Amino acid sequence: MATVTSKSKRFDVNQLSPGPNLIVNIMFWLYSALCIIPILLIIGVSFSDEKQILIHGYKFWPEKFSIEAYNFLLNDWQPVLKSYGISIFVTVVGTAVALFIMALFAYPISRRDFKHRNIFSFIMFFTILFNGGLVPYYLMYSQILDLRNTMFVLMMPMFVQGFFVLVMRAFFTNSIPTEVLESAKIDGAGELKTFFGIVIPLSLPVIASVGLLCTLGYWNDWFLSLLFITDNETISIQFRMYEALLDIQYLSANSAAYSAILQSNPGFTMPSETARMAMAIVGVGPIIFAYPFFQRFFIQGLTVGAVKG
Amino acid sequence: MEMEQATPTVVSPKLRKKKTLNQGYWQKYGVFYLMMAPALIVLIINNYIPMVGSIIAFKKITYESRSFIENFVNGQWVGWKNFEVLFKTSDAWRITRNTVLYNIVFIILNLIIGVGVALLYNMMRNRRLAKFHQSVMFLPFFLSWVVVSYLVYAFLNPQLGIMNNLVLDWFGVEDVNWYADTKWWPVILPILNTWKGIGYYAVFYLAAIISIDKEYYEAATIDGASKTRQVMSITLPMIRPIIITLTMLQIGKIFYADFGMFFNVTRNAGALYETTLVIDTYVYQGFLVSGNIGLSSAAGFYQAVVGFLLVFGSNMIIRRISKDDALF
Repeated sequence: MATVTSKSKRFDVNQLSPGPNLIVNIMFWLYSALCIIPILLIIGVSFSDEKQILIHGYKFWPEKFSIEAYNFLLNDWQPVLKSYGISIFVTVVGTAVALFIMALFAYPISRRDFKHRNIFSFIMFFTILFNGGLVPYYLMYSQILDLRNTMFVLMMPMFVQGFFVLVMRAFFTNSIPTEVLESAKIDGAGELKTFFGIVIPLSLPVIASVGLLCTLGYWNDWFLSLLFITDNETISIQFRMYEALLDIQYLSANSAAYSAILQSNPGFTMPSETARMAMAIVGVGPIIFAYPFFQRFFIQGLTVGAVKG
Repeated sequence: MEMEQATPTVVSPKLRKKKTLNQGYWQKYGVFYLMMAPALIVLIINNYIPMVGSIIAFKKITYESRSFIENFVNGQWVGWKNFEVLFKTSDAWRITRNTVLYNIVFIILNLIIGVGVALLYNMMRNRRLAKFHQSVMFLPFFLSWVVVSYLVYAFLNPQLGIMNNLVLDWFGVEDVNWYADTKWWPVILPILNTWKGIGYYAVFYLAAIISIDKEYYEAATIDGASKTRQVMSITLPMIRPIIITLTMLQIGKIFYADFGMFFNVTRNAGALYETTLVIDTYVYQGFLVSGNIGLSSAAGFYQAVVGFLLVFGSNMIIRRISKDDALF
């Protein structure tokens, strides 16, 4: 076959002929543009002059360039910074704890010689199939445990996710050779030592991919805030963005800075449309910057989890 | 220890069982129970107690005592009354219809476009470019629904948005009041769902396609099979397991809506409820906004039970057709 020669790389059997290839290329360029354009629009608006926006509507390219929106946010940077802190804390600690306790659960149920593995696998699997609904769940956290307005309530509900545990179990079962565990046992290592010393180091791919999914889940979560956060203290960055879209005043509701501006300049109007979009950029920034790094691991890692348990 | 191996040996099963039941078992496996304890505690609080608590749908809760548990225990059993009230409202049908129909459309689009995109990626001549497009397409998956709602708002804002200001003007069409006009949302939401999720599904399909042995295609080419024929007879049959698994996972959730999308992107606008209210947003709205525990817990219970039956049923059907493809 021709493909076995040195030219094999350039002559992939799946490749299209040049004509159709061009059409496919154009389609992909259009679609990729669709994925990026909305973000460019937000950036464009955030750097626009508020008055021009109010007259002409949002524009991809600012008719009059202005950084007033960012100035406005900077005037009042403490709440935004604090929200960042809360989001980062919840994401880092939440992911670490979640990975730890999920791996601890997934390992025993991956061991074929563990007699109760089916029962405990089922206990985990059943939570994917069935849940009690929002009302008892909300009452559990808010009334019985009384965890409202804590960072803990933003983390605990996502500590254990059945699907991730099953993915880990599948990896432990399929990718850790039984011989390795056997030899560790012969060397006299206990189960805990085997787990931390051998199983975990061999399972970094699955831990990384589940970890990335957890990180994304925590960072992007605002639903738990919507349910459980009622004060002005524990506002994550996503929740602040959510509030700001509903009501731009929210961005500076408690701000002494805003009233100070108003006092010195009564004619001052808040750059509400542009500030709102600037807020979105501030909120989405880390994801965009981390994205090129993230997505490579993600694409590799997701397929690790594609092994059926 | 050598008895623990799951591989069937000549030793009778009974004898093996006896051995594992002795004291050595706890010495050897006791630590496993300790390892599982933290996750179990979380599951009990997060999942199992609320499951039992879902019987709240059959109770009438009053606020006599300050302690919620007391109110719960003292609550009067009212049987199916909450459900009767729920199904007498027009909402019950509306939320069921919206939830299920949207999900059906989402599943079909994720399947067809996801597989289609993966196939085309794989056929692109320039591998580097294909990788680039894959990365870009994956970006929306990383954005939260809050961010997406900003992006949508920038397009649909009735006064300032791109759609009314630029696109519709360009076509000479009259402005649309997007956040009040119900008829556009059955189009907008599927587009958004695809836009956000397709990169994710394509990754799985592409991984499966890449792992197919090239020799099949070489043989087919020699036999003169066209590209279309190769896709139909080689690629699709080979990636069938992942197609079925991913689709089954979505069918299992057909009674659950993506709260983030329906709540945030529509800005929870009441005027749009006819085509945007789904079970999840209804329960939230009824419970945390209107404070109607009876009605919303009944809706939640209805969702949980019917959803469970649907997963179970669809899995049974798959099992009948082909046992290997069943989820459980």
